[in-house]
Amino acid sequence: MDSINIEGTPKTPTVKFDDHSGVLVIRGRSIPENSIDFYKPLIDWLEAYAEGNGEGLTLNMELEYFNTSSSKCILDVFKKLEHISKQGKSVSVKWHYEEDDEDMLEAGEDYDAIIDIDFEMVKVEEI
Amino acid sequence: MAKHSHLTEIHEIFDLYDSMERKNIMLSFKGEISTELLTSILQIIENKLDRFGETSKVKKRMFNIMVECLQNLHHHISQPAMDAGKEMPSVIVMVAKNVTGYSIITGNFVEESEVGELKGRLEEINSMSRDEVKELYKSVLADGKMSEKGGGGLGMIDIARKSGEKLDFGFIPFGEDKTFFSLNVKVK
Repeated sequence: MDSINIEGTPKTPTVKFDDHSGVLVIRGRSIPENSIDFYKPLIDWLEAYAEGNGEGLTLNMELEYFNTSSSKCILDVFKKLEHISKQGKSVSVKWHYEEDDEDMLEAGEDYDAIIDIDFEMVKVEEI
Repeated sequence: MAKHSHLTEIHEIFDLYDSMERKNIMLSFKGEISTELLTSILQIIENKLDRFGETSKVKKRMFNIMVECLQNLHHHISQPAMDAGKEMPSVIVMVAKNVTGYSIITGNFVEESEVGELKGRLEEINSMSRDEVKELYKSVLADGKMSEKGGGGLGMIDIARKSGEKLDFGFIPFGEDKTFFSLNVKVK
């Protein structure tokens, strides 16, 4: 299956999937004005992944900031992961946050409460 | 109707500067907002906060709230009818530093017909405790609906949540069917 590789910009995160390790990473800032356009390729890719023969993936969320326009799209990403998990594939989410960034920790806890996948909260020095 | 006066006296330029200086305005902009401008304002504020040696927590909060405020302006501007077809919508954005923290101030025109709903929403958010605001954010996020303008109604809730203070806002009727909406968000 095709991989996904989107380079980050000052307003949009890097999105990369490593086929060997099964790790999908979303890293950086997500503050686009039109987040639906930005996230569509990823949502489509996840949809295809659910139907493909990949065994499962780990999502590393390493966001520095995200705007509320992105927050719905990020929820859609997690919903796709829920769907992938229902196809019998293994799915895990590692939500990274900087040690003094309680807002980002709380944001991760919000998604964890809404989504039927257990999140691992990973405290890091710097994203 | 607004009176159009010119800066006929040269000292008025200083007066404008001085009044901003006294109010500790770090940045002030009045005019048409664009994506490029929005990016520049964020960059300027980020650099200033770095220079002030702010903690990364304060920097992130400021940045987050500024993004929401500026994108709100960008999505929701509505210009008085007198300017229809003549000028692009004009807004005001200011950032002030005060003893307790910062103020992010915005002003823009909204349709008079939108005032009731906006005011109601802001009053509702202000009547809530911190935990209630958090729960409201979660429930609006989870219900999955996006507003036409893509904001999903989460912007103001997020601003209030990150600010941790009551939202300071006002509405001033302007002309026949416009209202000037001002918002002052405090960040500690």
